[in-house]
Amino acid sequence: MISVYYFGAIVLILVGLYAILVKKNLLKILIGLSIMETGVNLLLISIGYVSGKSAPILSEGIGPNQAVDPIPQALVLTAIVIGVATTAMALSVAILIYEKYGTLNVEEIRRLRG
Amino acid sequence: MVVKRALAIITLLIIGYWLAQGLAGVPFGEDKMLVGQYYLDNVKQQTGAVNAVTAVVVNYRGFDTLGEVTVLFIASTGVGALLWRRKKERTAKTEGSIVLTTGTRLLFPFVMLFGAYIFIHGHLTPGGGFPGGATIATAFLLLYLAFITYEIPHRGFEVTEGLAGMNYVAVGLIGLAIGGYFLFDWIWQTWQFGWDNVGRLLSGGFIPIIYTIIGIKVGTELSGIIDNMLKEEVSK
Repeated sequence: MISVYYFGAIVLILVGLYAILVKKNLLKILIGLSIMETGVNLLLISIGYVSGKSAPILSEGIGPNQAVDPIPQALVLTAIVIGVATTAMALSVAILIYEKYGTLNVEEIRRLRG
Repeated sequence: MVVKRALAIITLLIIGYWLAQGLAGVPFGEDKMLVGQYYLDNVKQQTGAVNAVTAVVVNYRGFDTLGEVTVLFIASTGVGALLWRRKKERTAKTEGSIVLTTGTRLLFPFVMLFGAYIFIHGHLTPGGGFPGGATIATAFLLLYLAFITYEIPHRGFEVTEGLAGMNYVAVGLIGLAIGGYFLFDWIWQTWQFGWDNVGRLLSGGFIPIIYTIIGIKVGTELSGIIDNMLKEEVSK
């Protein structure tokens, strides 16, 4: 039986992938990308969880043996920032595409048929 | 259209089953730490930080953070380059309501203070440079949303951003000069500053310093991205 956190993370990744595969609007594709990122981050965090243990901040009664794995949290901290950076870049490209073509439909944008 | 969606859903279900199959071998909630346990055991002696995550981010894996800061810098430069135009102005037509503008005036210093609190206390409490910087950018976003003419002071912001990035590398280079490798924690390991003060503000080696630099950098960068995206070309 798969854990509900893994299940939720996989569902988020699949929902994001569905939006990227099926949707025509560029903004909806970017939303799908962000949802996928969230799913990946949730998956990473839940892999580091150790049941019954607390956040890895070693103060007031929380010793090294009562804390969860700090490495996935550090990884996700990096991944979130990179996700924000790529989303900002993609959004500014979307702004430029709308100004040049007057549409955000990926099938109407010239030389991007598919 | 329907066929395409059905095909997509079937493919995704196969991928999902495949992922779930792979993750079934990874037990949830069990102790899987190898390096993580070493970090938890030694974080107080080796870095002076109480918060193990920020110690990993800044100290043990400092190169990751340097790369991350670089990615964010490139993104902000890229947004600036993509949305660069000769005449850009804010084109918002309606001022925020009196409640919004007054509320923003009241809230702005508190949000700034809280952002600074988050990044200064990165080695003690949850948070650190990136959440603190994002909080500071939120304060500027509030100003942008409430006032139709507000603009960040560009010259100061861009210079601050560059200086913060340079200072991060400079802190790393001082470590190279003193300790023999890049991003060596010279304040903790060589000076032993705050050695008997673990868990209080004046400890944690160079983590508070680097996180202050990162917080300022991220705050100015995200504010710059907001500024670039909110401005439009004006045809005159």
